[in-house]
Amino acid sequence: MMRDTIILRVVVKLLLPVILLFALYVQFHGDYGPGGGFQAGVAAAAAIILYGMVFGVMAARKVVPQRVVHTLIPLGVLIFAGTGVAGLLLGANYLDYSPFGSHAEAGQHLGILIVEIGVFVTVSSTMLAIFYAFGGRAEDALAGDPLAGDGDGE
Amino acid sequence: MTEILATVNYWVTIVLMVGGLYIVVAHGNMVKKLVGLGIFQTSVYLLFLSPGKVLGGTAPILAEGFELYSNPLPHVLILTAIVVGVATLALGMALVVRIHEAYGTVEDDEVHELEMD
Amino acid sequence: MIALHLPALQVVLPLIAAPLCALFRRGLLAWAITLTASWLAFAAAIMLLLQVIDQGVVSYELGGWMAPIGIEYRVDLINAFVLLIISGVGAVIIPYAQKSIAARFGDAEQAWFYTMYLLALTGLLGVTITGDAFNIFVFLEISSLASYVMIAMGRDRRCLTAAYQYLIMGTVGATFIVIGIGLLWAMTGTLNLYDLAQRIPEIENTRPVLAALAFLTVGISLKLALFPLHLWLPNAYAYAPSVTSAFLSGTATKVAIYLFLRFFYTVFGGGAFFESTPLPEILLILSLVAMFAASTVAVFQSNVKRMLAYSSVAQIGFITLGISYATETGLTGAMTHMFNHAIMKAGLFLLIGGVLFRLGSVKIEDMAGIGRKMPITMAGFVVLGLSLMGTPGTVGFISKWYLGLAAVEQGQWWLVALIVIASLVTMIYIGRVVEVAYFREPTAKVAQLKEAPAALLVPAFVLVGAAIYFGLDTSLSVGLAQNAALLLLNAVY
Repeated sequence: MMRDTIILRVVVKLLLPVILLFALYVQFHGDYGPGGGFQAGVAAAAAIILYGMVFGVMAARKVVPQRVVHTLIPLGVLIFAGTGVAGLLLGANYLDYSPFGSHAEAGQHLGILIVEIGVFVTVSSTMLAIFYAFGGRAEDALAGDPLAGDGDGE
Repeated sequence: MTEILATVNYWVTIVLMVGGLYIVVAHGNMVKKLVGLGIFQTSVYLLFLSPGKVLGGTAPILAEGFELYSNPLPHVLILTAIVVGVATLALGMALVVRIHEAYGTVEDDEVHELEMD
Repeated sequence: MIALHLPALQVVLPLIAAPLCALFRRGLLAWAITLTASWLAFAAAIMLLLQVIDQGVVSYELGGWMAPIGIEYRVDLINAFVLLIISGVGAVIIPYAQKSIAARFGDAEQAWFYTMYLLALTGLLGVTITGDAFNIFVFLEISSLASYVMIAMGRDRRCLTAAYQYLIMGTVGATFIVIGIGLLWAMTGTLNLYDLAQRIPEIENTRPVLAALAFLTVGISLKLALFPLHLWLPNAYAYAPSVTSAFLSGTATKVAIYLFLRFFYTVFGGGAFFESTPLPEILLILSLVAMFAASTVAVFQSNVKRMLAYSSVAQIGFITLGISYATETGLTGAMTHMFNHAIMKAGLFLLIGGVLFRLGSVKIEDMAGIGRKMPITMAGFVVLGLSLMGTPGTVGFISKWYLGLAAVEQGQWWLVALIVIASLVTMIYIGRVVEVAYFREPTAKVAQLKEAPAALLVPAFVLVGAAIYFGLDTSLSVGLAQNAALLLLNAVY
C-alpha cells in the first residue's frame, strides 16, 4: 500500500471527481457521438480502482461495497435484456425500441439511452468485482476470510 | 518492398498471431500462457480493423463537409471481442490463482507431476 | 404473438433467467427459475420445430433491422433439430441438478452455478439459432466461459487444471473460428450466413477463402474434440460436477458439430464442394483413429467418468465418420447419432453421478458389487451401455445402422467391419463396469449403500426411456435427420 506518499494521495483525490465526471460525459454523449456505456463503465471503475490502489482495497470497499457490486452486475444485464423484452411486449421485435417514443426515432433514442445505462452498470461493477476479487484476496486472508487463500499477489 | 509496406497491418497481424500462439504452446508457466493467449487474440483485433479503414475516409461520425467515412462495423465487432478477451483473461487468472492455492505452483510440469501422485 | 417471437424467446428466456438467479442468490429459488426457464426454452424449441416443419425457414430480425445489416435469427430444419437436442438435454437435467448441487454447495454458490448453467444454455442455443457469423463467435464464448466455471466447480482439485486447459484450448479454437470468419468477411463484406452462402461459391478458390476454411476447420475441430484436438475433453468431463458433465457431453460438442455442418455444407456450397476438398479423406482417417484409439484408452481407465469421457471422443468419431461420406445416408447417420449420443451420454453421466452421490467415488475398483446395492441405477447403466454398443432395439443401433449403410452404399465393406469392431471395443469397457458391479462381492463400503434418491433416478430414466423409445420409433430422429441431410447436401438455406 502506498499510504505514505502524500503527493499521490492528494493527486488521486483531485483526480477522482474529474474521472467520474468524464465517465458521465462519455456515458451520456454515447447515443449520438463516440462513447457509450462500455467505455464510461470502464472509466468509472478505473476511478474507484485508482482509489483502491492508493488507499487500499478495504477503503474502496467502503465506497462501493462488494455486495452492491455483486447485485449491480445482474441488474445491468436485466436492464439491457428487459428493455428488449419491453419492445417485444409493445408489439415490435426483440430489441426494437421504436415503440417507446411518439415516433420511431424518439423511441430508438430513449431505448439506446436505457440500454447504455444497463451496460454502464454491468461493466463498471464487473470491473470492480474483478479488482476486488484479485486485489482484495490478500486483505481477505488477513481478515481471516475462510474463502480467501494465501493470496501472495501483492 | 512497397507491397510489404502497403500490407504492413497484415504482417503485424501474422507476427502477433504466430508469436502469441507460440507462447501458449511453448511456455510452461500458466500466467505466461495467458499472456500469449492475450497477444494471440489481439492479432484478431488488428485483422478485423485493418480492412475497415477506408483510405482518405474520416471517423464514422456524421459531420458536415465530409463524404467519405471508414467502416464502423469492425469497431463494433472488435469492442465485443475485446470484452470477450477481458472476460477470458479474468477467468483464466482466477483459475491460475486457485491452481496456485491448490497445488502451490503455476508451472505446467510441476502441476502435472503432482497430479500423477 | 408468441409464435411470432419464438426465435427471440428461445434465447432470451434463459438469458433473462440467468441474471435473476445471480440477483436473488438463493439456491432453491435459483433452481426454480432455472427449471422454469429451461423447460420453457424446451417448449419454445418444440414449437419452433413444428413451425419450421409447417412453413419452412423462419427468419427473425433482431431490433427490427433488415437482415444483411441487422442480426438475423434464421431457423431451418437443421438448427431446429439441434435446438431440440440442446434444450431437451438442458431441461431434463435440471430436476436432477437440485439434489446433486445442493449436497455440495451453499446458497450463493448454487445460485452462481445455475447462473452459469443458464448462460451456457443461452450461448449454445444462440450459436445454433443465429444467422450471423460474428454472433456465432460471441455466443460460443458466452457458453464456453460459463462452462469453464461449471467445470471448475468439481470436487477434485484436478477440475481446476482441467478447466484451465479447456480455457486455453477453447479460446484458441474460438479465436481460430473468428479469424476464419474475419477472412470471409474481408472477402465478401457480409457476416450474414445466408449472404455468405450466396457470395462464397463465386470466390471459392481464392486464397483468403481457402485460408478461412483451414482456420474454421481447426477451430471447430478443437471445439468438437476431433481426435488429435480432444485433449481438453477427458479431464474436463471427468472432474466436473456430474450435472456439468452430463450437460456438456450432451450439448457442447453437438453444437460444434452443427457449426461444422453449417459452414462446410450450407455456407461453402453443399456436398459437391465438400467432396472437392481434401476434407473427406482427412476426416475419415481421423474419425477411424478416434473410434479405435479413444475406445482403447477408455478400456484402461480406472475412473468411470473419465472412461465415459474417452468414450465421448470415440462416439464423436462415429459422427464425423458419417459427415466424411458426404452422402445423404452418411449425414442422416451423423445427425441421428448426434441426437442419440446426446441422450445416451447425458443419461450415463447422470447415472454415474448417482453412484458418485452415494459412494463418493467413481473408481472402478470401489464399485465392486454395486449392482446389488443400487440395482435401479446400474440397470439403467446397462441399458444405456448396451445402446452405446449398438444393440438392436436401442438408439445406438439406429445410428450405427445408417453409418454402416452409408459405407455399403459406397461399396466400402471394410468400413462396416471397422464399425462393428469399434462397437466391440465399446462392449469391453462397458463390460468391465458391468462385471465389477454385478459379479464381484460388495466391499464393506458398498454394502452400506442405498439406492440413489428418486430425484436423481427419474431424470436419468427419462433418458433411458428415450434411448429405448427412439430405438423403436425412429420417425422423429431419423425422419428429421434425413430431411436435414438433404438440405445440407444441396446447401439449401
